[in-house]
Amino acid sequence: MAESQIVTPRPYARTSSAALPLFALAVILAALITLPFWATGYTQRSVLEFLYFLALAQAWNLMAGYAGMMSIGQQAFVGIGAYGLVVMAEDLGINPFLTVPLAAILAVILAVPVSWLLFRLKGAYFAVATWVIAETVRLTVNANIDWLGGGRGRTVRSLGQFDRHLREDLGYWVALALAIIAVFGVFFLLRSKTGLALQAIRDTENGARSVGVETRRTKRIVYLFAAAIAGATGALIYIVQINVRPDAAFSINWAAYVIFIVVIGGIGTIEGPILGTLVFFFLRDMLADLEAWSMLIFGLIAIMMMLFAPKGLWGLLNTHRPVLLFRTARRLPERFAAHKEGE
Amino acid sequence: MIAMSTMLNGVLLGGLYALYGLGLSLTFGIMRTVNLAHGDIIVLATYLALITTQVLGLTPLMSLAVLVPVMFCIGYGLQRLILNRTLKDGMMPAVIITFGLSFVIQNGLLLGFSADRQVLRQGAIETMGVTLAPGVTIGVFPILTLAVLLVMIFALQAFMGRTLLGRAFRATSDDPATAELMGIDGKRIYGLAMGLSFAIIAVTGVVMGIRSNFSPFDGPARLIFAFEVIIIGGMGSIYGVLAGGLILGIAQTIGGAINPTFFQLAGHLVTLGILVVRPSGLFPETIERD
Amino acid sequence: MALLEVENLSAGYGLFQALRGISLAAEEGETLAIVGANGAGKTTLLRTICGALPAMTGRVSFDGTSIENSSAHQLARLGISMVPEGRKLFPSLTVEDNLIIGSYPKRKGFWTVERVYALFPELVKRRNNRGLDLSGGEQQMVAIGRALMANPRLLLMDEISLGLAPIVVNQIYKSLPEISGHGTSVVLVEQDLNRALSVSNHVYCLLEGHVELSGLSAQMDRQALIDAYFGANA
Ligand SMILES: Nc1ncnc2c1ncn2[C@@H]1O[C@H](COP(=O)(O)OP(=O)(O)OP(=O)(O)O)[C@@H](O)[C@H]1O
Ligand SMILES: [Mg+2]
Repeated sequence: MAESQIVTPRPYARTSSAALPLFALAVILAALITLPFWATGYTQRSVLEFLYFLALAQAWNLMAGYAGMMSIGQQAFVGIGAYGLVVMAEDLGINPFLTVPLAAILAVILAVPVSWLLFRLKGAYFAVATWVIAETVRLTVNANIDWLGGGRGRTVRSLGQFDRHLREDLGYWVALALAIIAVFGVFFLLRSKTGLALQAIRDTENGARSVGVETRRTKRIVYLFAAAIAGATGALIYIVQINVRPDAAFSINWAAYVIFIVVIGGIGTIEGPILGTLVFFFLRDMLADLEAWSMLIFGLIAIMMMLFAPKGLWGLLNTHRPVLLFRTARRLPERFAAHKEGE
Repeated sequence: MIAMSTMLNGVLLGGLYALYGLGLSLTFGIMRTVNLAHGDIIVLATYLALITTQVLGLTPLMSLAVLVPVMFCIGYGLQRLILNRTLKDGMMPAVIITFGLSFVIQNGLLLGFSADRQVLRQGAIETMGVTLAPGVTIGVFPILTLAVLLVMIFALQAFMGRTLLGRAFRATSDDPATAELMGIDGKRIYGLAMGLSFAIIAVTGVVMGIRSNFSPFDGPARLIFAFEVIIIGGMGSIYGVLAGGLILGIAQTIGGAINPTFFQLAGHLVTLGILVVRPSGLFPETIERD
Repeated sequence: MALLEVENLSAGYGLFQALRGISLAAEEGETLAIVGANGAGKTTLLRTICGALPAMTGRVSFDGTSIENSSAHQLARLGISMVPEGRKLFPSLTVEDNLIIGSYPKRKGFWTVERVYALFPELVKRRNNRGLDLSGGEQQMVAIGRALMANPRLLLMDEISLGLAPIVVNQIYKSLPEISGHGTSVVLVEQDLNRALSVSNHVYCLLEGHVELSGLSAQMDRQALIDAYFGANA
């Protein structure tokens, strides 16, 4: 595919055209940072939503696409982040915006024991267990802890201290920061030693282990990173939505949307989830009036993508022209590349 | 007396859960991938039974004569035309496809039948009960469910243990590449396994529809119960499905007796507890492959 | 016409070519021995013949029909059976079930479960054990019996002596004449040159994916074979 990379001995292929994407990136970032000053409230709210879905999608893609951990239970951490916001802002009197990083930490703290359980499981069992855990947390919060408001949930009243515009702007920038952390966090993680280990794991887990890659540690880093992103996102979402209910905060739809996004965009690349989030929002807007149809169509699209374009839209674009914005791939020359047998 | 009736109800509920788990266990054990649409396919079967009863004027149980072969063909087709195409890329594509399918079925049913809850009417048997002791009355239909379950479990066990095709199912589960050397066409086996699973689902769907009302979004909860049955019982074990169903049913009814909000939670906690102490379940049959 | 004809066959893994232009032939009822150092391509050759691995170029014909594009399960039904390297018993099946599954291609012939037990009497008392509870030698007997159950016309055997004590190897090799006596052609991979020469009609020595030396076993010069084995002339 990328001919130029085959001949270069350096670990990352860098071409002179790298300046152009960098310039584009700077323009996009500048536009995003200043957006509250020039865009309408509707646009700002849509972009905010785009940003946190992007963060979730990046984190899920890192987990599933790079580390082979197929989770359908990230809503556990979204919900934990949401309830972290409620407890910290309402009961402990912490500034709601400050709870976003704290929710990330809370999610990580809870994700550690969860990972002990999950990492003993493989493949399909792993996927199922993530969901059962998310359901367990949801039901626990839903019915058994009055303090959290049971099924009716709780409202983050302390957000009332902020002027609505200030709240929306601050929320927006927090979302932007989160998306940037997610995208570049994944980018730098992949370019680090951990990234090399991940590629080894993705190619063959047992093989990676036999050459001394610490698969467990690497996977745990990835899992905790994804939990942190989901936890922070959960707090952020309910800074915007204010009323936290267990059914919504722990909804499987968080996982579903994110899976659709990554599948549409392209699993196992950084660009895929970005493209996927854009396409997802575009489609969702088009189908906004047809609720049942829209979910049905997303389901169909996911099926079609897996059958006809398993590498997603980004993969389709890339087969003709290697336009990598984020150079994370270290490629062996083709003739050395690992080949899997069709067993 | 209350303890006894709680246990009895748990056992009877467990019969239904084991039925949810049986079809899933079959495909899980042989293909090693999860069918995330399993619960929705149970619900789909219930709606198909509803249509069959309305159009052909059959009772729900009689509609099985039509439903079982139809569902077998749908399952066989799904596996051969869609899922088999992604086998070489590991389990992720199949998981995502069935995940997408789950949304297609839920929302398709919503569009076709609205969100109203429906019921299958079998007649008097639905409400009949037998009183075992003062204060301990159990339903006839739940007992019938348990009987249907046992018959299917024994039949499936005999099929897997005694027939050549059943042995081919197990050989493919163990090692599909070596099974090919024995003349076993893995893709056909997968198709038949999915077809068989769908045939079991047809029975499950009808039983579920007679026992309780249903709506298009009931699938995911059924799927979770089915998973829990398999996790508790152990992958690939047919008798494990029975044990898993009973344990889950009893756990839920005991939890619910303590506090109604503990009903489902107790089942989840037992499942997670099993995953902690015995990650491969109580009676694992299927060998680890890797 | 020979039962099995391999012409200029190449195969491998991805872009790596493990076989480069192999040609050989086996007559009905004949036994061929394939020898060669580790990594020479012996397993790859057997796997390509039986359809487990696709051929890159070249031809394989079986009883006159081209089979290089057929899959393993189709070839099993045509009468090509394989005793794979490492035995590969089905771990969750009992010994008897492992044998029975061998009859899946539904080919009529001499071999039945009872006749396999007669060939390897030590399996009788093990019939209800799971495959992995057996000794290496017993496992190898099951693997051979399982392949025989298909009543193959061509039996491929990959290093059946691997990791077994010499006595056990002797015992297993004693069954070979009985197997080919029922008309089955055998292609066997064997590291032990003496044994390879003594049981076969023809011997082929592979080196780095090609046939370095071949000939009638009875007339084979042992030193030439050793040289070919180690690539001394290369
Ligand atoms: N699954 C595989 N993927 C990639 N390369 C392989 C694979 N299997 C074998 N090879 C390579 O193909 C070449 C031939 O291997 P093969 O197993 O056919 O050798 P062999 O003669 O059977 O050796 P041995 O005596 O060790 O069994 C070797 O270089 C080996 O490394
Ligand atoms: Mg070999």
